[in-house]
Amino acid sequence: MQWIQQNLPYFLAGISVGGQYALIAIGYTMVYGILRLINFAHGDIFMCAGLMLVYLSASLPFYVSIPLVLLLTVLLGFTVERVAYKPLRKAPRMSVMISAIGVSYLLQNVALYVTGGLSKQYPAIPWLSDTVTVFGALTKRVTIITPFLTIILIVLLVLLINHTNVGMAMRAVSKDFETSLLMGIKIDNVISVTFIIGSFLAGVGSLLFFSNYTGVTPTVGAMPGLKAFVAAVFGGIGSVPGAVIGAFIIGICENIIKAMGWTTFSDAFTFALLILILIFRPTGLFGEKVTDKV
Amino acid sequence: MIEKKKGSKANLIFALGLVVLVFVLEQLLPSSSMLLTVIKKSAIYALAAVSMNLLNGFTGLFSLGQAGFMMIGAYAYAILNVPTDQRAAVYQYFDGGIIQFSITEGISSVLGNVAGLIIGVLLSLVVAGLVAAVFAYLIGLPVLRFRGDYLAVATLGFAEIIRAFFQWDKLGPITNGSNLLRKFTNLADFNIKNSTGQVIINLSTTILVLIVAACIMIIAMMINSTYGRSFKAIRDDETAAEAMGINLAKHKMTSFVVSAFFAGIAGALLAMYQTTVQAAPFKTAMTYEILLIVVIGGIGSLSGSCISAFIFVGASEWWLRFLDEEKYNILNTHILRSGFRKVVFSVIIMIIVLFFRKGIMGENELNIAGFGRWLKRLFTGKKKPAIETEAK
Repeated sequence: MQWIQQNLPYFLAGISVGGQYALIAIGYTMVYGILRLINFAHGDIFMCAGLMLVYLSASLPFYVSIPLVLLLTVLLGFTVERVAYKPLRKAPRMSVMISAIGVSYLLQNVALYVTGGLSKQYPAIPWLSDTVTVFGALTKRVTIITPFLTIILIVLLVLLINHTNVGMAMRAVSKDFETSLLMGIKIDNVISVTFIIGSFLAGVGSLLFFSNYTGVTPTVGAMPGLKAFVAAVFGGIGSVPGAVIGAFIIGICENIIKAMGWTTFSDAFTFALLILILIFRPTGLFGEKVTDKV
Repeated sequence: MIEKKKGSKANLIFALGLVVLVFVLEQLLPSSSMLLTVIKKSAIYALAAVSMNLLNGFTGLFSLGQAGFMMIGAYAYAILNVPTDQRAAVYQYFDGGIIQFSITEGISSVLGNVAGLIIGVLLSLVVAGLVAAVFAYLIGLPVLRFRGDYLAVATLGFAEIIRAFFQWDKLGPITNGSNLLRKFTNLADFNIKNSTGQVIINLSTTILVLIVAACIMIIAMMINSTYGRSFKAIRDDETAAEAMGINLAKHKMTSFVVSAFFAGIAGALLAMYQTTVQAAPFKTAMTYEILLIVVIGGIGSLSGSCISAFIFVGASEWWLRFLDEEKYNILNTHILRSGFRKVVFSVIIMIIVLFFRKGIMGENELNIAGFGRWLKRLFTGKKKPAIETEAK
């Protein structure tokens, strides 16, 4: 019992962080699946969502500010795609990746300008930030809510991908870009929808993530972003369930490492995992095998 | 600064001319002058950008580990050059550390102060580069097998791992944990002083520019050799290059290790310039900045990287400074305040990335002889488009 009480918080935190990574990872994995682009700006969109709530909740009640934040985040993701990625549709992939890095740099600098470089206190969202006791371990309610909310959202997403026209179009585009274009699929719309879904989930993820961590800084998005990307690679890039499982595994392992007192290496672990998975199973857990055509 | 082909002495003379110009400027301007700061910093960034260009632009390996290698170089240099009697002060939390010698000091005691300083620093720079290269070799073994995007993320990850490692308490006796390393031999030690300690001749900027120019010239020579041609073949088509008998693994590794070597030297120079070293600033953001310099200059152009390093550093440190000052208050909006400079700057970068994808130089190199011909034509009245660059 003693042991459970000591270690349960870490485990719970692991599941919760895993859920948050999962929500971000979906944005990466869907965009990569369709555009073959690592959207380096995705972590910064997540950060911007956090900052928006900080500023909006100062003047608006939560039932207005939270939906507004989600809306603005979606708008931001949509705009980034239209402005920074769409003009480069025919350019080499490296150019698009550089553009993504440029957007990331821009968003971080805008955040730096707006906040003045200070860490902004994330507002305590009532009910979500309340403290609850689970098996004698104290934790915030958000920790308990996260995995369930994550799974509900992901089930909805999988239903959307498998049973709607938009979802079918997405699957087609990720399978073969050119052919789906020939089949009359409006690719730009499909890509926009992908970014909208990804940004929405990143927005939800930011609500859950920052409720646990309280401080928002301009560079706070980079690390969770990269980790979520690793999760996406781990699960097999392009696969939504894979990304979710990868995210939970990374979240839990990371917190176990923290519990063992190796906090310095909790970040390093994620990347070591990336290297290992790329060496031994380059397509990830559920990825499709790709053969190179000359 | 670039030697385009054998026999083209014009560029070499141009490079020497630049060094002399820097020397003259340094004597005329006060040492706190913004221009000198920009020259120093942009020289360092130029070397880092050129080393990244070798990898990203010439070999087609999209690696994002540059800041990590620079950090290794900076640390290697700093650790090996803290004077013995200062070690106790620098490593105050780690009982003076476990390394108890300084390369420059050791050589100075044998060869005298001047020769010791020059040879010691050059040797330390090479050692710093070599340490970075060894790390690159070890990292390259697993990572270079990955393609494109995965390579980018894996190298980015490695840079982060190394940074965490260097800040680790248990390594404190070597790396000083997350504390500053300081008091090592820096650029100011090159200034020639008289007996009362007054500086007579300023050399700190000149020596830095000289070292950078030499390093860039070595990279340029490598790119113009058979190695360089193999790199370009790999960049253009891996499969075809392999079919032509180019050993992919070997050449990729060579490019990766050489790039890390010079990134390490750039890091060591950065340490000399800053006079202190800490792991914290060597973040992903630094790699991104170097990458953006490469992009602005033109992916696959060494002289482009040098020019854009100067413009990038100049704009971010100096010319756009006024954007951060609140005294220019347009329409009472308080738009201009700390940080606005960086916003404007990144918008400009985005515009370049989106609409001027070739950057300043594209894949061409600055060619002084060609530029001279162009000037001649300009005066004799014959028409020819823009700055002439050597056709491929």
